[in-house]
Amino acid sequence: MSELHPEPIVNADSEVYWAAARDGRLALQKCQDCGHLDFMPRHVCPKCWSDAKQWVDAAGTGTVHSFSIVHRAPLPAFRDDVPYVVALIDLAEGPRIMTNIVGDKALDVEIGASVTLCFEDRGEAKVPQFQLAD
Amino acid sequence: MTGTNLRNAVAIVGVGESDIGKVPHMTGLGLNAQAAKRALDETGLKPADIDGLLTAYSFTEPYFMMGSVLCEYLGLKPTFNASMIVGGASPAVMLKHAAEAIASGQAEVILCCAGENRATGQSRDQAVAALVAVGHPYFEQPYGASIPSFYAMITRRHMHEYGTTREQLAQMAVTTRDHAVRHPNAHMTKPITLDDVINSKPIAEPLNILDCCLISDAGGAYIVTSAARAKDLQADPIYLHGIGEYHTHEHLICAESLTEFGAVQSGQAAYNMAGLGPGDVDFAELYDCFTVVPMIEMEELGLCERGAAGALIEAGETRIEGRMPINTHGGMLSHAHAGAAGGLFGIIEAVRQLRGGEGERQVAKRDVALVHNEGGILSSHCTMILGREMR
Repeated sequence: MSELHPEPIVNADSEVYWAAARDGRLALQKCQDCGHLDFMPRHVCPKCWSDAKQWVDAAGTGTVHSFSIVHRAPLPAFRDDVPYVVALIDLAEGPRIMTNIVGDKALDVEIGASVTLCFEDRGEAKVPQFQLAD
Repeated sequence: MTGTNLRNAVAIVGVGESDIGKVPHMTGLGLNAQAAKRALDETGLKPADIDGLLTAYSFTEPYFMMGSVLCEYLGLKPTFNASMIVGGASPAVMLKHAAEAIASGQAEVILCCAGENRATGQSRDQAVAALVAVGHPYFEQPYGASIPSFYAMITRRHMHEYGTTREQLAQMAVTTRDHAVRHPNAHMTKPITLDDVINSKPIAEPLNILDCCLISDAGGAYIVTSAARAKDLQADPIYLHGIGEYHTHEHLICAESLTEFGAVQSGQAAYNMAGLGPGDVDFAELYDCFTVVPMIEMEELGLCERGAAGALIEAGETRIEGRMPINTHGGMLSHAHAGAAGGLFGIIEAVRQLRGGEGERQVAKRDVALVHNEGGILSSHCTMILGREMR
């Protein structure tokens, strides 16, 4: 019996992000001073160091910037999933996010493919994932 | 920003490698000690002459203050001691810090070393799991992303943007293996073919196991002193002409590009300090944790145009006999890779090639060498230009 996929680790930087995910939303941080949109949650804007940041919801669409099909899982929890896709997605809003490509046709992924947001249940939490758009 | 001009301020006066491969009878600290002893033996200096130590970190040894731990293990009481944690860039960054420390009078003879018993000090599963820590704990690790998968995404993007082929990537591994075959202490000494690489076990597409660096037991060391003192020592001094570093991110999600990295800037800083350019470089020892990495570095460091590395490798120009020999010891793909020590063997090899006398491994032109180390996911970069004449 393999281990379950790990639940996300929530901290003060990311609690809004993971709370939004539980509601089925992908939240991004927008700088109130320079307008920079950021994926990785943090205390200050990496462009201007403003700490005035607002959470906004992403539309949940994007394109595949690059991907790999993993055959050697780094942790036991993913061993039964091989081969599986790890990808970097350019969100419609601009920021880049790491994800799996999930769904029946995941292994057909190509650079530039359109993808849409979905969620994977992990215990009480939900983890943002993407699947190939129809 | 140019910083202190360290051009020709210091020289590497001794280099040493531990036994390499599977060395189950030695600890990680023992491997460091063996490499340090061999490096010191080249100089004619005594252990008590060492008044500075720089090292990195270890995934297999349970020690926290690695610099102090090594001083204690080696019986050293230095006036200068630090542990670098910039991943694979650490061995090159050590030389920059050593040069600055010597130039500012903090120490006179500095031992730089790193090494781990990664092959036998842990299981293969432990080795792979430990390396997961390089990925972002909250936003990459939850997706089962491995280090090979990060470099695989970079590789695929390079193929997509520049037309780099599966065969060109494989040729990088084949060429460096041919170099390792000629090295008396390399981990891997059996020749391989393009088909071997292309048909080897897939790890993270498009990378197969023979596109990935080794997991070795290995330690490496070099000794640095002032250019003035170097003249009186046993071995031919190898001068530091220029060195530069540049840091852009740690995690791939924060990299601004998958094809453009900080080796451009670290290389430019090194060239500027040296007063030299890519056209002056006779051979290069590049970081090669995966086959695409030395190709990206050749391009970023101006050794060829963007996207042209694959064709150069395919044409045999990176062979020891070629116009721009790359990784003449076999690199991390075939000579050794043990944590922070991986890039250190490139520094050792550059020193040996510049001194000359390496037999069938010797490059023909040996005035100026370039060494590049990178850490993380092409995150931290350090480039050095070394030479055998003050210039």
